[in-house]
Amino acid sequence: MKHKGRKVYMVSGGVTKFAKSTPDMDFRLRVKKAFDYALNDVGLTLNDIDGSVASYFSDHFQRQLMSGIMVQDYLGLTPKPSKRVEGGGATGGLSFQTGYEEIASGRMDTCAVYGFESMSHVNTWKGNEFIALASDTNFDYPVGGFYTGYYAMMAVRHMHEFGTTVEQLAKVSIKNHENALNNPYAQSPMKLTVEDVRNSPMVAYPLTRLDVCAMSDGAAVAILASEEKAFEITKHPIEITGIGTGTDTMRLADRPFGKVPLLPNEKPSDYKDLKYPGIHSFRAGRSAAKEAYEAAGITDPLKELDAVELHDAYTSSEIQTYEDLGLCKYGEGGQFIEEGKSKLNGKVPVNFSGGLLACGHPVGATGIMQGVFMFWQLQKTIKKHFKSDKLQLNNPKRGLIHSHAGTGTYVTVSIMEVPK
Amino acid sequence: MTINPDAKMDESQNGTEVYSTDPLIVKSTYSIDYIHSYAQDSEFFRALGKKKLMGSRCKKCHYGFATPRSHCMMCGAETEWVELPTKGKIHSYTTCYFGSEVFLPQTPFNLVLVEFEGFDSLFMARLIGAEQDDMYVGMPIVARFKRLQSFSPTDVYFVPAKGSEKKPAGNVKKKKR
Repeated sequence: MKHKGRKVYMVSGGVTKFAKSTPDMDFRLRVKKAFDYALNDVGLTLNDIDGSVASYFSDHFQRQLMSGIMVQDYLGLTPKPSKRVEGGGATGGLSFQTGYEEIASGRMDTCAVYGFESMSHVNTWKGNEFIALASDTNFDYPVGGFYTGYYAMMAVRHMHEFGTTVEQLAKVSIKNHENALNNPYAQSPMKLTVEDVRNSPMVAYPLTRLDVCAMSDGAAVAILASEEKAFEITKHPIEITGIGTGTDTMRLADRPFGKVPLLPNEKPSDYKDLKYPGIHSFRAGRSAAKEAYEAAGITDPLKELDAVELHDAYTSSEIQTYEDLGLCKYGEGGQFIEEGKSKLNGKVPVNFSGGLLACGHPVGATGIMQGVFMFWQLQKTIKKHFKSDKLQLNNPKRGLIHSHAGTGTYVTVSIMEVPK
Repeated sequence: MTINPDAKMDESQNGTEVYSTDPLIVKSTYSIDYIHSYAQDSEFFRALGKKKLMGSRCKKCHYGFATPRSHCMMCGAETEWVELPTKGKIHSYTTCYFGSEVFLPQTPFNLVLVEFEGFDSLFMARLIGAEQDDMYVGMPIVARFKRLQSFSPTDVYFVPAKGSEKKPAGNVKKKKR
């Protein structure tokens, strides 16, 4: 697929601190705070926004349908165009890309993409039930009814196919929670050891409590613009040079056993005996990466990416995603974390922000949060927004953000770059 | 005339459960009975009562679905119902120690994805009669059916096949690195 639209830039962003529960603010006020932060950061007013995209996953959490229009209304954006986009855990990434399409198509010159989720209105196990309703309610929900269980089976198969170890999973948890120590927006920054992760309560073998992200209340806003507008608004806009979206079967049980769709830096002989994707890999993640890399002209992702923010709802997913994104070959994900290649000072820092594991995962906000953190990283304004430059990379030019829905049904990859 | 300036709305005696007054947090409850149709999947659920596990096979490309679907995801053609063997192997497994609220009382429970000879896709089920450490990829397992049907996919479950105990070593294929 060739993208032929106009160039699209991100010009500003805002995020609320993700927290287990923030009963003093509802979703409208949380989005308003993130939105005002983004507007004020570049001196925009409501009149400068042509339209918006509303990003939230579940109507169940609040028993409120049409939450999107309630935010549009609260922000004062009516009667401008807007729509809600939903695709499970990838809702944020899909919405970010819908914002991209609004600009690329020429329909809007500026677009506010706002995401939110209020997960604190029900207890954690009820929340898990609501989330599990995003699995097939004929065949999957009545049997398992628990996403951690589904991902655990994927992790077990990854361990079987490739020899990935629980210690390698734990290292992802350690890295992301530690990165978050310097991110004031993160919900659960922690210094951990392999023992801490393995000794925390088992949720579904092999995933412990510290292998799994938490539920959160939160909001995030990204403001996108056309080239002409972007450079009027800020001296340092960040270009979105490619987007990609992949899909896969709703049921894990239906995933085929075929061939790997190869990236430019791979050859068929790399995967002679590998049945793909099975349940060990996310074919949607690979498809999304392939499309985005083609659009952005990336042929060697490990060399050509300076930072990655990916959907680590589970430590195992982060390892699986290294492979989908071609940061290493299929089967080498465990080794990739083991060798520290995804650490802050590694070959390509992955989830410098702390990711979902440490920042939290207010579903509709998550994919947009990644966009905001990457935007600040590439703008080199981490110090301004985080009040510390510990997470600012030296001279990042190009980053990747990755959003993912339950068991890899929808996956988005977007490439962000400092304009040349 | 029906005009009544003294009209009063009925008062409720139900009361409201209040968790906090600032911010004001109250309890609200929601429950609903759905009239859920299994539609084109119906045969699968009916067959469980006859102790039959039904899959489907594409009439055109012959792809075999261990979880049935009425149209083929490979070529789009119609599929036909076919009976699955009752013996399969564990493709992957887990033990859930937590879960959704409705399943919490059942924890810990085992989930398995089952592979069947001659079928291209898998089937998800509960496995009983084994604990976390007993299960392994490739373990032979057998389908069993509940006597009292609840028209749920859990009307079928799996148990370890006789003699399927884990061998002391060599069950897990590990690549040297």
